[in-house]
Amino acid sequence: MSATLTPTPTEPAADELRAGKLSRGHLAGIIAAAVALGALTWIPTGSVKLIRWIVVALLVYMVLSYVVSRVIEGHRQAIDRLMAAVVTSAFILVVLPLVSVVWTVVSEGAARFDTLFLTGTMRLTPEELAGQNDGIAAGGAYHAIMGTLIVTGLATLLSVPFGLFTAIYLVEYGRGKLARSITAMVDVMTGIPSIVAGLFAYALFILIFGPGTRTGVAGAVALTVLMTPVVVRSAEEMLRLVPNELREASYALGVPKWKTIVKVVVPTAIAGILTGITLAIARVIGETAPLLIATGLAQDTNYNPFSGRMTTLPVFTYYQYVQPGIPTEAGQDRAWAAALALVIIVAVLFTIARVLAKILKPKGLR
Amino acid sequence: MTITDAESPSTDLTAQQVSKVGDKVFSGLARGAGILILVTLGAVAIFLLTEAWPTFTNDLSEISGPDTFIGYVGPLVFGTILAATIALVLATPLAVLVALFITHYAPKKLAQTLGYFVDLLAAIPSVVFGIWGSQTLAPVLAESVYPSLEKYLGFIPLFEGPVLNSGRSMLTAGVVLAVMILPIITAISREVFLQTPRLHEEASLALGATKWEMIRQAVIPYGRSGVISGAMLGLGRALGETMAVAIILSGSIDYFWNIIGNENSNTIAANIALSFPESSGLEVNRLIATGLVLFAITFLVNALARRVANAGFSGADG
Repeated sequence: MSATLTPTPTEPAADELRAGKLSRGHLAGIIAAAVALGALTWIPTGSVKLIRWIVVALLVYMVLSYVVSRVIEGHRQAIDRLMAAVVTSAFILVVLPLVSVVWTVVSEGAARFDTLFLTGTMRLTPEELAGQNDGIAAGGAYHAIMGTLIVTGLATLLSVPFGLFTAIYLVEYGRGKLARSITAMVDVMTGIPSIVAGLFAYALFILIFGPGTRTGVAGAVALTVLMTPVVVRSAEEMLRLVPNELREASYALGVPKWKTIVKVVVPTAIAGILTGITLAIARVIGETAPLLIATGLAQDTNYNPFSGRMTTLPVFTYYQYVQPGIPTEAGQDRAWAAALALVIIVAVLFTIARVLAKILKPKGLR
Repeated sequence: MTITDAESPSTDLTAQQVSKVGDKVFSGLARGAGILILVTLGAVAIFLLTEAWPTFTNDLSEISGPDTFIGYVGPLVFGTILAATIALVLATPLAVLVALFITHYAPKKLAQTLGYFVDLLAAIPSVVFGIWGSQTLAPVLAESVYPSLEKYLGFIPLFEGPVLNSGRSMLTAGVVLAVMILPIITAISREVFLQTPRLHEEASLALGATKWEMIRQAVIPYGRSGVISGAMLGLGRALGETMAVAIILSGSIDYFWNIIGNENSNTIAANIALSFPESSGLEVNRLIATGLVLFAITFLVNALARRVANAGFSGADG
């Protein structure tokens, strides 16, 4: 936009107008000086500390560009340049830890991200336990992966119809007090801390099935409490985007309201709704705290969500990291591999959401 | 709302005997789901209260820890608020700057990818941030940042030291929480910055403002309430965040202002996660009661956030 607003000087005047401006040469000089001064951070330690180098170079760049610009261009331009540098540096500073997270997970997780990890469980034989001490890889997360699929799948089955019908009510039927209070309560539900959802599921199930009950379905209930408001929000937003003309055209043809919703309104919004659901799954699939409380931990595969404890991938990651057993490395390697698996699952879900949004978008809309 | 108003007459016209049943069933389902939301939330409150109640009717001196519930939950509330405040103070300015970078400084094409990247990071599970914070970040901070904090800012009680060698202190937990809530605040700030009326920006530029002056005059006033509500949402997330804190911090039930030292207050959520598996009887009831307190705190913060958001973009007029 600024390009269209900056006056383009005619050729002869160009030099005059550029006279009070930093040239490319100036900027190149400043950058070179900053990088060089940053390199001085090698000297005290003798080793290359990349992060320190970047930080020092950025600081030097800010100071130098401000000073040079102040001298050549004046106060306001100098501030402008300084702030551009600050904004860009903030971005780089933020990207560093985030890149570090991804890099650490990939590099540490790769060690044990093998077929044994994907097919084995933590029910280890004495030979395998002994073998671990000699550095032979043992144990896997098959039971945890199955647990995550079962618990998250159940939560999805519960929360999608629940959330979708609520959204339909709010958009198509809801008026007055009830709709307003539902909207308000969905907002409250969005803010429930995940551990509180876990406590709720635990409290619910011990009141029904007696103390100490921890089952897959309790975890699914906890996740449903967390997932439903997300589904309601996104579905509501998408349903409101459906043009009213479509509904009216359908009514004009004599189609009853419920069929209009099922055959016209929902199919029009389906891309957005599915994207929202996929993102909601991505949100809850990494939830640890509620499952730690409501579902617990098991050493072996449990396919039955209605009886017995069940390990899920995030809980597996947590316990392998904080209680790695002997030797420590074996457990921690498994923890990182599980973390890598989680990150891959989330990334895949995000990509699916993106692709769905693209391919299902109705041609008439936007 | 105009949608639903327009429908009522047309439904009456088309509603034949046959379709009435279908309509009734369907609207009943939709209404039922809506009511179920209210029931669920009511159930959350009732079941938690039922399970928390014994804490207030029994003698807490029979179990470990302080004799009164206030004595137990007080330090936890303190730790929770301290960790969340550190996170918020670190994350908000950075998030605003990053949002400005994405909306006003980065090339258009890059901006979209960056926005997607930021959203993706918001979904990385907290347990992953937790083990990253304890294994990668804590040693780096303990080695190269905390000693200087102690040396130059040690007169402030927060940085009194001595530095915990493993680095797994309150400040590290706060930094990790900051990294976790940054994407949330960034995403919301980015959205409101993008909504700044173009005419405001162009008017500012046309009067000869530099880019930064334009941002200060047009973008920031317009987005202020959005940024504040984004920060409050981030605060809500930081208050309830469990695993990252549970993995990094080994806290105790007491008040500690020193955020780089070896003794730290715990947070409500982390304390529940750490103590729950080994608790029984009254201890479980007490943990559930602390969970209720956490729920109340996050509820207040979120209500405040919504209020700020609903107050609208009043900054644009002023």
